[in-house]
Amino acid sequence: MVATPITYWISYLFFFALILGVILIAKLPLLTVFKRSLIEIPFILFAVLMPFFGTGKSSIFFGFTIYEEGLLAAAAIIAKGTIGVLGAIALSATSTAKDILQGLERLKLPAIMVNIATFSLRYINVVSDEMERMKVARIARGFQARGVRDWKILGSAAAALFIRSYERGERVHLAMLSRGFTGALPKISNDSPNRQDLLGAVALPSLALIFSLLDRMVI
Amino acid sequence: MSTPSLEIKELAFAYPDGNQALYGVNIKIEKGERVALLGPNGAGKTTLILHINGIHAAGHGQVYVGGVLVDVKNPETLRGIRSRVGIVFQDPDDQLFMPTVGEDVAFGPYNMGLRGAELDNAVDQALILVGMLEFKDRPPHHLSFGQRRRVAVATVLAMKPEILILDEPSSNLDPASRRELAEILNSLDITLLMVTHDLPYAVELCPRSLILAGGVITADGKTAELLKDEQILKQNRLELPKGFNLQG
Repeated sequence: MVATPITYWISYLFFFALILGVILIAKLPLLTVFKRSLIEIPFILFAVLMPFFGTGKSSIFFGFTIYEEGLLAAAAIIAKGTIGVLGAIALSATSTAKDILQGLERLKLPAIMVNIATFSLRYINVVSDEMERMKVARIARGFQARGVRDWKILGSAAAALFIRSYERGERVHLAMLSRGFTGALPKISNDSPNRQDLLGAVALPSLALIFSLLDRMVI
Repeated sequence: MSTPSLEIKELAFAYPDGNQALYGVNIKIEKGERVALLGPNGAGKTTLILHINGIHAAGHGQVYVGGVLVDVKNPETLRGIRSRVGIVFQDPDDQLFMPTVGEDVAFGPYNMGLRGAELDNAVDQALILVGMLEFKDRPPHHLSFGQRRRVAVATVLAMKPEILILDEPSSNLDPASRRELAEILNSLDITLLMVTHDLPYAVELCPRSLILAGGVITADGKTAELLKDEQILKQNRLELPKGFNLQG
């Protein structure tokens, strides 16, 4: 999908239909999907500005100069972004974080990256709880962020959180060494995928690939 | 008499910044003993523990676990030592770092080379000992603090250690969790060294106590007798909770 030029717009319509199909088959609540896809907005804002800046072919549209190159680039960002975000939503809503990590491990993502993701997953709650407690402790002593002047306090709070997390990392490492850690975490996966899993996994990418090739050959 | 579970001879240690924490510690713990290590904050208790499994290298003196010298320079024996010394750290969140309880308990035995059914068995056995088997597939952050502490105990029990070391096992526990943990610890047939400020807990669980203060062992004897001696308590900045009555 990433490699398809935006001018093959029929391919993009098909990609979009495919991902919508996946969302419908997975019976994801559409409202939730919509809410989660709002994360894309900053990128869209950026993309919307692009046609107004650039060089090359241009035309006047309601008194604004629109550049063709910028327009295409913006369309590409919006189209690829939307389909990418929808794909990510479909993946995260249908698979547990553990399954995704297992999958990455099996896809031979370097172990160190899988480990970092595993630890992040485990400690994100611990760190956010800690952040929340620090916030409550600030409020309890009458602090209220009012403006730029208070950034210094928030900054030192962030620094304290960083140091605490760093020290926790050291303690976790000690605990790991104490239980005989020598550099390799146990593999997460136990069960290997069966045929149905494999077919399901290749269905979406192969459909997309076939259609995109067809589109290019026909035109 | 059989080989002691733990023997520490003239152990001294200074941190790289020059701060001396231990000044010649001598301890001998026989197999199956339950011993409390008492002492005020900053007495060097945690530093001492980290010598027992070779995380700190002794500046002077020796540590023997089950008769084997803890030698930081020898990675082979160090691995053996770490499987023989089970340390339960104070904050269970430091100890439980894997995505699920079961995987975390499997971490130690896996590092010791266990695989497959043997590994599963070790995990289940350890979780049964602390009554947490039904939580095997849960992520640690969904458990209560007391449950996490129990799982932390299971993570080291799964390695079948020669000696179980607990750093402040009763801290932050509500009374019911505190009692449940005591019942679990009492039911284990294992050599136990417990670092604590909770003197009633020491009386309940450990017939013998050591007091570490200023980097040396200042007292060693029957817990109940030590804690009755007001002179000793005062000298070592130890206090029984108000209203607590030592019987017997």
